[in-house]
Amino acid sequence: MDEKPILSAKDLELKFTLRGKVMTALRGISLDVYKGESLAIVGESGSGKSVFTKTFMGLTDANGAITGGELRYKDQDLLALKSEAQWRKIRGKEIAMVMQDPMTSLNPLKTVGWQIQEAVELHQGLKGKTAHAAAVEALRDVGIDDPERRFGQYPHEFSGGMRQRVVIAIAVACKPQVLICDEPTTALDVTIQAQILGLIKELQKKYKLTTIYITHDLGVVANVADRIAVMYAGDIVEIGKCEEVFYDPKHPYTWALLSSLPQLGVKGEPLYAIEGTPPNLFVEIRGDAFAPRNPKALNIDFVERPPFFEVSPTHKARTWLLDPRAPKVEAPERIRHLKEEGVSLRVQ
Amino acid sequence: MSSEPNVTAQPLVEVDDLRVDFGSHRHPFHAVRGVTFHINKGETFGLVGESGSGKTTIGRAIIRVNPVAGGEVRYQGKRISGKISAEEDKALTRKIQMIFQDPMASLNERAKVDYIVSEGLLNLGRNLTREEREEKVARALGDVGLLPEFASRFPHEFSGGQRQRIGIARALIMEPEFIIADEPISALDVSIRAQVLNLMSKLQKERGLTYLFIAHDLSVVRFISDRIGVIYKGQLMELASSEQLFTNPLHPYTNALLSAIPMPDPVRERDKKLVVYDPSCHHYEKEKPAWTEFEPGHFVLANERELDGYRKKAGK
Repeated sequence: MDEKPILSAKDLELKFTLRGKVMTALRGISLDVYKGESLAIVGESGSGKSVFTKTFMGLTDANGAITGGELRYKDQDLLALKSEAQWRKIRGKEIAMVMQDPMTSLNPLKTVGWQIQEAVELHQGLKGKTAHAAAVEALRDVGIDDPERRFGQYPHEFSGGMRQRVVIAIAVACKPQVLICDEPTTALDVTIQAQILGLIKELQKKYKLTTIYITHDLGVVANVADRIAVMYAGDIVEIGKCEEVFYDPKHPYTWALLSSLPQLGVKGEPLYAIEGTPPNLFVEIRGDAFAPRNPKALNIDFVERPPFFEVSPTHKARTWLLDPRAPKVEAPERIRHLKEEGVSLRVQ
Repeated sequence: MSSEPNVTAQPLVEVDDLRVDFGSHRHPFHAVRGVTFHINKGETFGLVGESGSGKTTIGRAIIRVNPVAGGEVRYQGKRISGKISAEEDKALTRKIQMIFQDPMASLNERAKVDYIVSEGLLNLGRNLTREEREEKVARALGDVGLLPEFASRFPHEFSGGQRQRIGIARALIMEPEFIIADEPISALDVSIRAQVLNLMSKLQKERGLTYLFIAHDLSVVRFISDRIGVIYKGQLMELASSEQLFTNPLHPYTNALLSAIPMPDPVRERDKKLVVYDPSCHHYEKEKPAWTEFEPGHFVLANERELDGYRKKAGK
């Protein structure tokens, strides 16, 4: 890992205006992404994980505005970019994105080859035959057999997994520095999911990409992420190396997310379900945003927002439980022994 | 599991050598071929396979949306596929209900919850007064953990998990015996999945419902299912109790599905070897495979040579 972050957000605050009401989608979020690493941002829908990563590419919806904080890519201040023309130099070329649903992110009226070639021509300035060759190469890169023939086919001739490969090909064809994968496998089958994650991992190594995964499923990222950031209600509540977050989670929300994984459940017993719903972001949140859903919340959780406590130089969490004065609360039984025992899919 | 009091050995639904074709008569596409299984009263039968394997088609054939090209479906011993009388049709519409995959797409955006939930009752032409209907809706909403005042709202006012509950309430209001749940949780967040699964188990215990649970993810199916059928390209590959399937999977495709389950365990996950199923690993040119009972209740599609291999592995 490099010392200097390639992407850095500091106390970023983002507000949406909806019918005269103001919603705070990001509440002073800070995150450093280092070159060559793969980071996973995990959270429920509505936690702001997509909104957050969209700010990196200037794709915030028109009714949203960044109202505070800093956002830097390398030495560039991204918040100073005003026009679309300025953004276009970053978007796709430096930072590329793979969207969630491969069924809707491709143009059904154009051949897949055309769509890849378009990206190549725009960002690499290639033309004609060289652009064509580069596009075919991009298809081969993502493991599509017979790329010459597939080049001329339309999206409907591809299966879901193959389409997602095409979307990845478009993103990677421009040789970006950072690749953001927004729920890359949610719309796919389990078997295909494993293959696509493997492919992204492979491309990351080959092109020394920095990858950011966005997902709601902690189970998916164990294999692919170096670091994991857990997001809740517009802020990161815990961040650490993959092993640290899985084997030694500190925030009650991370506990809850892990416990609710069906892989960890025991048949015959009810699955662990997180009570309540995520907080309403239209009202100001006091204290720890997760406190109302946390059965073991401390009194202070409802009053003051916890700061980040450091567990190790790479692992920190925003919970009062880590304060030296806090009572000792242990992680739930079913996730405490992950490291020693591993996960067995028990049926009884 | 058969030890549970609700489950009886009496089959409620029997699917016998089912075939479903799409396309023209001259060039039919066999979406489902020779599928045979039964679902006992009070149990949950899981049907697992990848997209395009025909698992939804089977569900839709049972509920009589897709016509059957061969074989038959029996409900309580009576044939329900093909032509049946109007009264039987009406009775079955009530008894068999379905829960759909995507709660964002399966609810009428322009109707209020009240109408969405009670539409089935209206379709059956029962002469209910307004009060009776409203009471039924309120009760159905209460059963799935929603408030009665939600009846006057529109679907867009609800979260994904709540919408799926509305979908379940819509099925429950008909007082069904058998519910086909077609990927009811795959469009939901992991944290919400647990709520919906727990709700389904609770309803089953209280009312002795029978479920056909269709999914592509074995880690989820394992929870809720008593028995699991694994389907690939329109054919059943393996059928066993959840226990047998997880402790002693036979078919290579089942093994591939099992190995694809992502584990929340970084160290072991990195060392894991992904099994990819290659249909050409079978040598079926000389010897055709047959649907065989390998051990009591554990069926697999295999030829003699493969069965020998399985037996050796099991130490028999």
